[in-house]
Amino acid sequence: MSIEIRGLTHTYNPGTPLARTAIKNINLTIEDGETLAIIGHTGSGKSTLVQHLNGLLKPTSGTIKVDGVDITQKGVDLRSIRWKVGLVFQYPEHQLFEETVWDDVAFGPRNMGLSDEEVRSRVERALAAVDIDTALAERSPFELSGGEKRRVAIAGVLAMEPSVLVLDEPTAGLDPRGRQDMLRQIQRLQAERDLTVVFVSHNMAEVATLADRLVVMERGEIVMEGPPKTIFAQGEQLERIGLGVPEMTALMAKLREKGWDVPDSVLTVDEAEEAIMAVLRREARVGTGGDL
Amino acid sequence: MVPVATFRHITIGQYIPGESLLHRLDPRTKILVTLLLVVGLFFIDTYLGYGLAALYIALAIFRSGIPPRFLFRGLRPVIIIILLTFMLNSFMTEGEILWQWGFLTLTKEGLSKGGMLAIRLILLIVGTSILTLTTSPLALTDGLESLLRPGKRIGIPAHELAMMMTIALRFIPTLLEETEKIMKAQMARGADFESGNLLQRARSLLPLLVPLFVSAFRRADDLAVAMEARCYRGGEGRTKLKQLAFHTTDFLVLVGSSFFVLWLAFSM
Repeated sequence: MSIEIRGLTHTYNPGTPLARTAIKNINLTIEDGETLAIIGHTGSGKSTLVQHLNGLLKPTSGTIKVDGVDITQKGVDLRSIRWKVGLVFQYPEHQLFEETVWDDVAFGPRNMGLSDEEVRSRVERALAAVDIDTALAERSPFELSGGEKRRVAIAGVLAMEPSVLVLDEPTAGLDPRGRQDMLRQIQRLQAERDLTVVFVSHNMAEVATLADRLVVMERGEIVMEGPPKTIFAQGEQLERIGLGVPEMTALMAKLREKGWDVPDSVLTVDEAEEAIMAVLRREARVGTGGDL
Repeated sequence: MVPVATFRHITIGQYIPGESLLHRLDPRTKILVTLLLVVGLFFIDTYLGYGLAALYIALAIFRSGIPPRFLFRGLRPVIIIILLTFMLNSFMTEGEILWQWGFLTLTKEGLSKGGMLAIRLILLIVGTSILTLTTSPLALTDGLESLLRPGKRIGIPAHELAMMMTIALRFIPTLLEETEKIMKAQMARGADFESGNLLQRARSLLPLLVPLFVSAFRRADDLAVAMEARCYRGGEGRTKLKQLAFHTTDFLVLVGSSFFVLWLAFSM
């Protein structure tokens, strides 16, 4: 399912002295099945943008077409749009409220008016997708660890089985291990369910491993757009708007400054290892490896 | 998204910075005059008296430099209560019948009484709003603490009360923001806060209220720890960055207003 955004502008508190334009004239097409990352500084309008994708915010001007339907028109059933486009907020664990993990995850499917049987199978699938043991299902969500709470909250959105999953900083506040698990689960979900994934992030390494395409936002506008390798090759421009590049990309840039012949499109540790080994092998063949 | 939007109209405790005469008055003066006015309004029972009180409040609004529409915006949430008071009194008071329909009887006395109560409510709200609109929350609690200090001997914890008030005021916008966020998160899961009968609506608030309480307690815990970590141990021996100062203007405003309000209360 694709989402087409045209000329999207949103102004908070319009017509008052507090009026503030959070995003202006955004044009973006989210393709079916892709993983899109939105990066940008705090206050660049990322969260405002993603809240338009399922109609939680109404644009001041512009259109958003979800699967061909313009959701900014009057009379559109926004609830059914929200079931197609699942939105996971920042710190989603703060929205847990039910007595048991099971009931909390079932909240979405029950709102959809599904049969008990369908609700049960969806909750089971959702909990499995985020690696939550069914033994935990009868516990109170407030007894779980921070990472588990976050996963249960995400399961609550997954249980609606949306075709597009939007996550606003899914790894914020998690420890490195929790981050890794979260990323792996998102990747697996994307592959297994053929989901379209949109996620907002601050972490460049995370974006580099997960996303097919990047959108860089600054002061409410899209300033760069393209595959991670192309975007991160423009390190200087990213730094100018207060963002960095993945550590390995930065390392390669330093090596290049010192005269190493390594590519500027390296994003991960594995790729870095390969690039460095390639140079070393070449040097060894020529026999001048020692002076580097 | 109607409920989300309504939170933005709440003006309770809102403060508009300024340099007017009213802004510069000692908060203690303003608290005392407001208190006197609130009590005084309950003693007035003629339309002339209310007219004079309204004039006095209008003068205060004029001197404060606050746009009057701001004050009237604060009336919006209570307009139903004011209307209800007016209607109940108009129809429930016995006297000279002006109009009758079924069991409803409108009387002259009722109309007069209802009108007076409505005016009293409006003046009460507008009068007290002037205090919060021209006094920063910090100055307000400082003033309150200072006024309550003599009560310490009979066991009134002045500093603690003032501190609680400061914290409560400080967290109003935070909690409103949090409410909006949780509401959106539940709406993203198909929650419906707007339709259904009263019982269904009350039930639909659970997904909002539970997380809100959980987060309020978490914030309270965090704040307590942060305060203790900075060695906060109450008001004993604590000094202030901004000392309250009672000037000649304060004296004049306090005495002048007191005489005026007392005269209104006892002769009108």
